[in-house]
Amino acid sequence: MKRLALAFVFLAFAGAAFFWFLTAPNSVPEARMVAVTAHTPDIANGENVFWAAGCASCHSVQGSSGDARLELVGGYELKSDFGTFVAPNISMHPDDGIGNWSLEDFATSIIAGVSPDGRHYYPAYPFASFSRITDTDIADLWEFWQTLPAAVTPDDQPRTDLGFPFNIRRGVGLWKLAFLNDQPFVDPASLPDDPLIARGQYLTEGMGHCGECHTSRNIAGAIRGDVWLAGAPNPSGQGRIPNITPHPDGIDSWTEDDIAFSLESGFTPTFDSFGGTMASVAKNYANVAAEDRQAIAAYLKAVTALPDLQ
Amino acid sequence: MPILTKSVKMMLAAAVALAVGSAAVVAQDAIAERKAAMKSVGGAMGTLVRFARGQAEYDAAAALAAFTTMNEVAGRYGDLFPEGTETGGDTKASPAIWSDRAGFDAEVAKFQVNTASAIDAAPADVDAFRAVFGPVGQSCGSCHEKFQLSN
Repeated sequence: MKRLALAFVFLAFAGAAFFWFLTAPNSVPEARMVAVTAHTPDIANGENVFWAAGCASCHSVQGSSGDARLELVGGYELKSDFGTFVAPNISMHPDDGIGNWSLEDFATSIIAGVSPDGRHYYPAYPFASFSRITDTDIADLWEFWQTLPAAVTPDDQPRTDLGFPFNIRRGVGLWKLAFLNDQPFVDPASLPDDPLIARGQYLTEGMGHCGECHTSRNIAGAIRGDVWLAGAPNPSGQGRIPNITPHPDGIDSWTEDDIAFSLESGFTPTFDSFGGTMASVAKNYANVAAEDRQAIAAYLKAVTALPDLQ
Repeated sequence: MPILTKSVKMMLAAAVALAVGSAAVVAQDAIAERKAAMKSVGGAMGTLVRFARGQAEYDAAAALAAFTTMNEVAGRYGDLFPEGTETGGDTKASPAIWSDRAGFDAEVAKFQVNTASAIDAAPADVDAFRAVFGPVGQSCGSCHEKFQLSN
């Protein structure tokens, strides 16, 4: 009997140790970090990355416009099956924001989803898409970040509130083992060989993180590659995030110009105006280079047409 | 002798059913009406966007008519979201309309003001037109961001 109890205690310790080992915070491969830090930054490209990555949509005050979108004070509440995630202050404030981060800290958060103090971020922060952003774009973005204002977090800003076991941050390590990589969602060989489409793939799958909302997730909350961009339930509970594949259920009737213009202006081909979070996306993309909007449009017309999930 | 006879009970049940049913019809009507109103705004916007993008030659009378259509809708749009029309009819209205009515009314008022300014300006050429068209177009997105569901 005593021996059995000892065996259980041993197994429990072994299990805990194994969990601890598996969930250790991941790091950025040495070669990538060298490439990030060796790059001479281009601030204009950094601003383009900032808007294409949509940082302002979650990290500036909701409904803001103009320069207020550069104040990354946080506070956006993202509701999900796992609980409510609140976007943090990522302004240049040294204490409340990320003003005292190094470029290495910044790159680690984007590529690995790990904070400077070695904790996992939750994948509500779309690092599982951002891991595809190139080393040079990350360095450029950080250079632009230095020009952004410092903002103080209001005392009444809500905090992330998750149910058990999702409130155990260390568990995200298991999620990352299964779902975090920098591989394309769509096999590039299945797409037409066109530099515009390749650029569109890079923007859409990585920094644009379009799949985070427009693709259904599996039970673990990871993007399902088999229904890529075919729409998804709205995490807020009401309505659906539309299918944006070239299928009659999606945006088959839209031309490339329609798509590019909608990203710029927020207007659909029937001159409805984007609602909710997509209105905010259009405000970002109004500031993105015109050829990048065209590239996304070309890519969206080239992906596999899929019906809505029934 | 029960207080309510069977026939009275049946009449009451029928009255309740009728009241619930007609409330549903009213809700459907309101949803259909506001959808039609927004469609007419969309049609007007289509005309104006083509002028702004240079896809059609600027026509001052057509632009004025389009701004007038929008202003007319803006004037009654706030009344098309009564209590009880939060869901149904494939509505894309956000629950925020009812939880933040003052904010919604302010957005509708902004749309009214911006379209009224455009009418007052009666732009004669496309450059004058673009100057008044910008704020009108922006009022669509600024309201939809807060008060229309993501789409």
